[in-house]
Amino acid sequence: MNPSIKETNTDFETRSLDAVCVNSSDLSHPWWFNLKYLAAGLIFGIILTKAEVISWFRIQEMFRLQSFHMFGVIGSAVAVGALSVFLIKKFHIKTIYGEEVDLPERPFNKGQVIGGLLFGFGWAMTGACPGPLFAQIGTGATVVIVTLVSAITGTWVYGLLRDKLPH
Amino acid sequence: MLEWIQQPWPWYVAGPLIGLLVPVLLLIGNKSLGISSSLRHICAACLPAGIPFFKYNWKKEVWNLFFVAGVVGGGFLAATFLSPSDPVIVNEKLLQELQGYGITNHDNLIPSELFNWPALLTLKGLILMVAGGFLVGFGTRYAGGCTSGHSIMGMSNLQFSSLIATICFMAGGFIMANLILPLILQL
Repeated sequence: MNPSIKETNTDFETRSLDAVCVNSSDLSHPWWFNLKYLAAGLIFGIILTKAEVISWFRIQEMFRLQSFHMFGVIGSAVAVGALSVFLIKKFHIKTIYGEEVDLPERPFNKGQVIGGLLFGFGWAMTGACPGPLFAQIGTGATVVIVTLVSAITGTWVYGLLRDKLPH
Repeated sequence: MLEWIQQPWPWYVAGPLIGLLVPVLLLIGNKSLGISSSLRHICAACLPAGIPFFKYNWKKEVWNLFFVAGVVGGGFLAATFLSPSDPVIVNEKLLQELQGYGITNHDNLIPSELFNWPALLTLKGLILMVAGGFLVGFGTRYAGGCTSGHSIMGMSNLQFSSLIATICFMAGGFIMANLILPLILQL
């Protein structure tokens, strides 16, 4: 529970500090196995768009407490997700390949506070978190490509400055 | 049926569906839902520049790039085939506030008066799109995840750090939307 941030083993870093959305499978498959994630992404993109989660207006309403919509979306998503994770753990449900489901713990560090606030600023400005950025581009808002490139740049600069930032 | 699908989906339909993606991704390949890491993988693939943070085997995480490519496709499908052309319904108070800044068009999910190519040449557009995007990419990586990875996936796993992150996302959003954004929109 106390992993050092200075750890240089990058495999460790990919998996623990930046652990959200990592590949926890040890199996290797041909590339076309990844098409199922393309399909899952398609569904995610359709839901985000149809629920107007990608709307700048919905995000502004959320942060002004003018609408329950976004709180409802996130809250009910967490409720269903938490119940699912609980059931997977309780009944030791395995993946379709028979692997144990791996849910690594993400330890707390100052980044979640400082980075979290900075992302919150960006979220209210652009009206988009990373998922919606991709979906917005899909809806034809081509200028959002600039916002996405800027977000990639932000990630790159974080990587560059990481050792100097408080964690 | 199609008519119903074309309406904006209520939260109690969309939220549970998003929540179901958590077990689906876990069970079809042991993957944790998340989006912002794709930005890191793009850095690692395109311009690692010798930075240790980007020196890892990004090809092992390539599923995440397929996933976000799918999200782009999903946005396209939803906007092209599943959407009516009615203006987006926006809260009256917000509409009035935005009117004060000369923003009246709410035909699209993204206000076309703020987010368009020529606006990139204005200070307001630069701040909203370029600086805003930078904060999204920098902040999510610093926090170790975004709304998907922390707020949905992390909180579904009852993770304390994800709860803290989500509270800070919200706090940052409230501060920006209510205290700073009004100044930016006046530009």
